[in-house]
Formats: sequence, structure tokens, C-alpha cells
Amino acid sequence: MNLLEARNVTKVYGALTALNGVDLTVREKEFHGLIGPNGSGKSTLLKCIAGAEIPNAGTIGFLGADVGRAAPAERSRAGLSLKFQIASVLPELSVYDNILLALQAQDSLATLLFSGSRRALDKPVTKTLAQFRLEHRKNDLAGVLSHGEQQWLEIAMALAGNPKLLLLDEPTAGMSAQERRATGELLAPIKQICSLLIVEHDLDFIKDICDSLTVLDQGQVVASGVTADVQNSDKVKEAYLSHA
Amino acid sequence: MLGASLILPVFIDDFWTLFFTRVFILGLLALSFDLVWGYAGILSFGQALFFGMAGYCTALVATKLDITSVLVLLPAAGLVGLIVSLIMAFIVILGRRVPTTVFVALGTLTGSYVVERLARGWSYVGGQNGIPSLPRLTLANHEIAEGVWFYYMALGILFGVYVLLKFLTRSQLGLVLAGIRQHETRITFFGYRVQHVKGIIFALAGFIAGLAGGMYAFHEGYVGPGQLSPVLSTQVVLYVLFGGVGTLIGAVVGAGVIEYLTFMLSQQYQRLWPIILGLLLLVIVMFRPTGLIGFLVSDRERIGSFGRPDDAASENDTDKNPA
Repeated sequence: MNLLEARNVTKVYGALTALNGVDLTVREKEFHGLIGPNGSGKSTLLKCIAGAEIPNAGTIGFLGADVGRAAPAERSRAGLSLKFQIASVLPELSVYDNILLALQAQDSLATLLFSGSRRALDKPVTKTLAQFRLEHRKNDLAGVLSHGEQQWLEIAMALAGNPKLLLLDEPTAGMSAQERRATGELLAPIKQICSLLIVEHDLDFIKDICDSLTVLDQGQVVASGVTADVQNSDKVKEAYLSHA
Repeated sequence: MLGASLILPVFIDDFWTLFFTRVFILGLLALSFDLVWGYAGILSFGQALFFGMAGYCTALVATKLDITSVLVLLPAAGLVGLIVSLIMAFIVILGRRVPTTVFVALGTLTGSYVVERLARGWSYVGGQNGIPSLPRLTLANHEIAEGVWFYYMALGILFGVYVLLKFLTRSQLGLVLAGIRQHETRITFFGYRVQHVKGIIFALAGFIAGLAGGMYAFHEGYVGPGQLSPVLSTQVVLYVLFGGVGTLIGAVVGAGVIEYLTFMLSQQYQRLWPIILGLLLLVIVMFRPTGLIGFLVSDRERIGSFGRPDDAASENDTDKNPA
């Protein structure tokens, strides 16, 4: 079943057409990679899907409903979760509280005010921390974590609310080879839980974890399909080589 | 501090009783600003608007309708603050686009300025002179005169509001507010309806500012355009910056210290006191951004914990050490 169906998405900034009639489909429990040269429109497409940008034309269907004009909070409540390109943890809060904030987002104001959440959500928070190898740092402020740990914390936060589709914008940017490998290991198990749409420059990383790929160049889809087929596509090689 | 405040009137004369009552009321107004700026990240330069509007409305009720019951006038003052702040919230916070800090600051400042000018030019509310000679508040046919009784009423309300706000800001909702203050966009993408939360906090702060405005008018026996002015709104910002943003107690301490310094310096240096006070404020804000409270507690302690961490921690400990 198709989870996300973006059709004819167009985004224009002044004289620059960042996206020009882009189509994208992500199925349930699918890991889908979005690749392309710098400036090809990958992050813009992700922002249009998450609600950070409103497209000038086109539709963004999620679970059968058009969410193209919905506010980011409403998309998140529907099951779309975004991890920002630049790690956006809450630096003055503890690692534990960062995860808790993500988990309690669906609670009512009354529940939040009378603090039922912390007690009720302690087990899921602890489980999420363990899953992302951050249990030993739960009392540390998020701002003192290493770059790689902050990226993991943000992925954990994006995943904490049990989204149906997780949007990751360059999750391994700035990571060492060892951290990239560990990130791949951390992401693999979430296939049982949700789908993934990932923007990434590291092609080795993305081909290892993704079932399918969409390649963008100058705001248009160059190729889309199963990872192995797209990798060998002449159009894709040409797009990458022409920017090399 | 509460204990000392309770026995203070025994040891001080009438002048200082009136002074401390005024500090408690202005401390309440400062708490309202600390809630919106220190916790929700809303830079409001309009707290005096809610304060002054409540003062004017309750003064009109008292003088035109001859109602002086404290049980009517103070809740009414809070309600006026709430309604006016809700109107402002719809204009500057709850728009389709997420407003910037500068937009909210200028929007609230403009609101305060416009209403002050209207009050100055409207003879029905006394124009430049405001409404003088307000009757005293009453409780069951007893007058609450300025002095010891008003002192304890202001102290009681300040303490009650402080406890309420402490509860709110230490709850899980306080954690959401801390998140909003640090990274509003991140919180929005978690699924929180951030503008609604900010609107509710802004309205609550408006209620508190209104409550303070009603008390202030009847304590001074007068309400005038100065109580609506951007100057008072800015003064409240200074109370909080000086005492310590996002601490609640810092707002009250800041109000007390600045009012005391203003009084003492104006006695000693009749021409130079505004310059000395201004320089002192500048030094604290530049070199100790966490305010006076920053001298006493670390940043980690200042931010604190939320909800009931001990419950969760003790449960875990019990699991690990059943004996």
C-alpha cells in the first residue's frame, strides 16, 4: 500500500525553480532514498512533505489525504516525522527530557499540566534511549553530546512518537566512518515499525539500507525505482558525472 | 523569605508597609512578564496594557456603579486582563504565520502606546488626569485600607500566584515551554500546537497582570495613563532582566531591588539617580545575563527538572533493588 504519494510538486523561490513537477511514492515499510547532486531539490522536497515549505503547485497525499496545505504539527500528528539536516536537539534540557518531549507530544494540556506523562512514559523513554545507545547519557544536557550522539538523539526523537513515515535529512552528515556504520545498524530495525524517506550524500550508506531510490537533478526526477536498477541507470550516471 | 514577609509589618512604619505592598503588586506584574518571556519565549512589551486596562475598568465599576467588594473587583480585574490579552494574542500570536519575536514585541508595544494615547485624550476616563479618589476596597462591609491589611492581601495573592506558576512551570507543560523557548520549530515538528500553548500562556499572564493592575489602582487610590504606558512595560522587562529571567523568584526580587534602589538613589542623588540606576542595570544585564539569581544558582539548577522525576527514578530503583 502506498503511504506517501507526492504528485507534480513544484516549488519556486523567485527566479529559481527548486522543484519542477516532482512525483514520489513511498510504500509501507519501505526504505526510500532520495539522492542527487547539490542543489537538486532533495531537501526542499523533504521540507514540502514535512510542512516546513508549502509547494506552489501539486499535491502531497499521505494515507490517502492531501496534507499539502496542513501545518507541520498536523502532519506530525498524522504520522509524518522529520529529522532536521542540522541537529536540532534542545541543548539546555537533559537527553531524557529531549526524548520525553517527543513522546508526550500527543498528550492533552491537562495531562501535561498534571504531569501524568513522565511516570507513564518512563519505560518508552528508557527503551528509546537504550535503542539508540544513549542510556548512559540520559542525565547529561543534550548540548554537551558529541555531534554523532546529537544526530542519534535527534533520530530517536523523530522516531519516539511512533511515526508512520520518518523523514531523515542527511543523518550521517559530519559523522566518522564508524559513526556512519553505527547509524546504519540503528536504522535497520525500524523497518519493522515505519517507512523511511532519507536524503543522503553517502551513496554507499544509502544503497546498503534503501529498497528503492529516487534521483533528482535540477528539481526534476531523473530516475526512480529499485535501488539496484537505479544505480545502473545511464541517466543517473550522467547526472552525477555532469556535476563532478 | 515568606516568613520574613509575614512578620515584617511589625517592625516597619507605615511608609515602608506601603512601599512593600507596592513592591508585591509590581512583583506580581513582573511574574506575568517572566511567565511569557522567561518560559514561553514571548517578548511582550504590553504587560502594562493589561495592567492599566484592568485598573481603569475596575476604577470605573467602583466609581460609576458604587461596587467596592474585593471579591468582585479583583476577579473582574483579572478577567479584563485576560480578555484584553486574548484580543492581543489573536492579533500578534495566533496568525496563520508563526510570528517573529520582534513582531510580537512591536505589536504589544504599539497596543500599549495606542491605548495610552486614547486614555490621555478621552475625558470620560479623566484624560491626562486619570481617575482619582478611588474608594477603598471592601470585604463584608470592612474597608481594606492601605497599610497592613492591604499588605497581607497583596502578599497572599503574590504567594498564591507564585505557587501556581511554580507548579505550572515544573510540570510537563513547563517542559514543553522550556522546549518552545529553546527551539520553537523543533517543538512544532513534534506535533505540539505551539501557537495554542503560547496563546494560553499569554492569556494567563494577562490575567495576572490584570489582577496586579486592579490592586495597584485601589492601593494608590488612582488610575492614570501612566499605568498603561510602554514606560511601565519596559520597567517590568528591567525588573525581570535584573532579577533573573525564567526563575519566577527573580522577577519579584528584581522588582524589589529596583524599586528600593530607585527610592534610595533618588533621595541621595536627586539629579544623577536615573543615570546611576541605568548604569547599574546595564552592568548586570551585560555581565550577568542570568540576573541576580544567577549569583545564587547554577544554570542547571535554574532550568531544573520537570514533572515528577523522583517517582520514575524511585520506581526504577525499586525494580533494581526490590529489597
